[in-house]
Amino acid sequence: MKKLEKLSSIKDLPEAPISNVPSLNQKTGTWRVFRPEVDKDKCIKCSICWRCCPDIAIDVDEEGFPIINYDYCKGCGICAHECPKTAIRMEREGK
Amino acid sequence: MKRAGIPTEEFIYSGHTACPGCGAMLVARYLLKVLGKNTIMNIPACCFAAIPGTFPDTCLGIPLLYNAFETTAATASGIEAALKIKGKKEKITVVGFAGDGGTADIGIQALSGAIERGHEIMYVCYDNEAYMNTGMQTSSLTPMGATTTTNPVGKHGGGWRIRNKKNMMEIVAAHNIPYAATVNPSYPMDFIKKIEKAKSIKGPSYIHAYSVCPTGWRYQPELGLEIGRLATETGIFPLYEFENGTYTINYKKKTKQVIEYYKLQGRFRHLPEDFVKEVQTVIDKEWQRLQDKEECSHRQKL
Amino acid sequence: MVKKIMTGDIAAAWGARLSRAEVIAAYPITPQTIIVEKLAQFVSDGELKAEYLHVESEHSAMAACIAASQTGARTFTATSSQGLVLMHELLHWASGARTPVVMANVNRALAPPWNVWVEHTDMMSQRDTGWIQFYAESNQEVLDTIIMSYKLCEDKEIQLPAMIGLDAFYLSHTSEIVDIPDQDSVDKFLPQYDPMYPLDIENPLSIGSLSMPHQWYSEFRYKIQEAMERVIPKLNQIEEEFYKEFGRKYTGPLELYNTDDAEVVLIVSGAAAGTVKETVDIFRKKGIKVGLIRLRMFRPFPSEELNKALSKALFVGVIDRSFSFGHEGAIFSELKASLYGVKHSPPIKNFILGIGGRDITTDTISRVYNNCFNCLKNNKIDNPVEWIDIRV
Repeated sequence: MKKLEKLSSIKDLPEAPISNVPSLNQKTGTWRVFRPEVDKDKCIKCSICWRCCPDIAIDVDEEGFPIINYDYCKGCGICAHECPKTAIRMEREGK
Repeated sequence: MKRAGIPTEEFIYSGHTACPGCGAMLVARYLLKVLGKNTIMNIPACCFAAIPGTFPDTCLGIPLLYNAFETTAATASGIEAALKIKGKKEKITVVGFAGDGGTADIGIQALSGAIERGHEIMYVCYDNEAYMNTGMQTSSLTPMGATTTTNPVGKHGGGWRIRNKKNMMEIVAAHNIPYAATVNPSYPMDFIKKIEKAKSIKGPSYIHAYSVCPTGWRYQPELGLEIGRLATETGIFPLYEFENGTYTINYKKKTKQVIEYYKLQGRFRHLPEDFVKEVQTVIDKEWQRLQDKEECSHRQKL
Repeated sequence: MVKKIMTGDIAAAWGARLSRAEVIAAYPITPQTIIVEKLAQFVSDGELKAEYLHVESEHSAMAACIAASQTGARTFTATSSQGLVLMHELLHWASGARTPVVMANVNRALAPPWNVWVEHTDMMSQRDTGWIQFYAESNQEVLDTIIMSYKLCEDKEIQLPAMIGLDAFYLSHTSEIVDIPDQDSVDKFLPQYDPMYPLDIENPLSIGSLSMPHQWYSEFRYKIQEAMERVIPKLNQIEEEFYKEFGRKYTGPLELYNTDDAEVVLIVSGAAAGTVKETVDIFRKKGIKVGLIRLRMFRPFPSEELNKALSKALFVGVIDRSFSFGHEGAIFSELKASLYGVKHSPPIKNFILGIGGRDITTDTISRVYNNCFNCLKNNKIDNPVEWIDIRV
């Protein structure tokens, strides 16, 4: 069945309350108070930061460096804390 | 394909509404990395019922059934029975994913029934040690010494929880469950291995997952995985398996004192020294018992 | 087609078997036990290919049925009294999730005091749960209605669960002649369940998430009512098809017995209707114009049909074999409401009878009819809600 987007009236609803729209439309990055900044010089491309992100907001590029997806990163700081080389710094948002 | 020791494929979308640093999200993320696309999950009233978002959004890339609070294991039983009668059970894993409340309290009857009936389901309890979704009230898996909103510290002292957690692993072991294991996202490779094992069981399996909660446990979210490591290193959350009657401890080192674990969490801030000593004794004794169980059950096997 | 002598419980088990129920999850409770035992026998004998779950409570039974239905299997359960009320939370869930679960409920009184005999309060107290509700008068009707219910509930325009009530002991444990339709004919009438939104790994979706006040909760609930409004026309259609296939005629939400020229009409549900019909015959022999409306379907409440059937009645006596404490009998309340503002609205009185399985005889019904005539003659209702068979 088609994705349930652009719902404007009861006529657009399925008969039962089913959901099939990925939550990607909710940009939880707006929750952030601190943002992680990666220092590529220190990074050893271990991908531990990718592994420990509860929001799956870290991806890894072809070279192996982490790419933070700031649309979804909530700034919890786990990646910075877990990085074995302290290559991720938490900066105050809006500085 | 693997990266940092775990599979790379994701089955959860970003944009979900879990608290920053939510341990349950890591539990779900690692769980689904192993179970993959051929999975049907059901979830009761709990944090995870609100996390995927509101209709028509979902943060999961697999079919998901929301069920009433008490019914996680009964719902999983129904899904499994339907798949079986339709001849589709072979390649699909059915996983009931509930919090500690939905497992040890209101949901325990259904869990007991489902294990007794021998359904081929995986039951994962993400244990954040209180009814977190409704505001951090005490559950029967709240550890001794913790303060919650229904065990608040009284103005003249006391009030906090003095009873210890129910031992869910023992309860499911008493049902002769083929496989049960404790997992902790701070130890991802061990986590992955155990889910793989549970997935292969032709019968019920139970996974007790340690799930840090910055909101309820009152700590800075970045400390989540460090607190997880301390839980295991102090023996508070030992990593072990129960398989066909045999206990196997996976992380054999108990190197830290419970005070190290308590120091980092606001929910233990009020504890007097003598209580901490009492808890240390309890944990030491439980650890010894677990080691004895391991030794005895392995001896019986031979 | 085979004619056999069987109790209502056995007939219910046959209904589920012929409908090819695929997942059965039920918990035993007197007087429903024979249903679950017979079904277990059918499954053990290999005559019914189903997954039979020995669930540990009625609450889990309903949970398993809802989940199995959402996964794509046809499900059946049965219960009674305490079991039904234990399921209450999930009855709301089944209708809210729009799952076509079919359930046989042996109508039994609620405790305390303990009483295993017939009363309708168990099902009446579930009338707000969004389930279609039938009350059967005969074992044949139990079997037939179960089969018809699957067809009704699984219709894409309905997608609601249904419960079929059968009186404790008077139907559940009393033998009557029942025609067992042959499996091929039932298969023709009732094809395999084709779920609307099955749980499918190829097309993942989630069922039942959060919806806030400003989002879509209200609309989803309204849709349940919209579906309820389509039930009666759909039932009439299905009964027509049933008649063509099996030769047995059902007349929708009501069964009318001598109502065309009746001055006093009684309304009743369940097996007691048989006794009322006998009493009607007795009165009619004496030339007294009485009639009966048997309320076969309570939800959706057939207001239009009732108003039409009562359009010439001079007095209506509503027999409730249940009670809503703090108010009055349920059928009475709802009928009064549906007659409000209608051009012809006859005087109406509530008779509470047969509570806790107290026997309803032709004497009792004669007293009821005579009382109605008295009220009519004196142009005054003596007691609008009368528990006519208690020892005062």
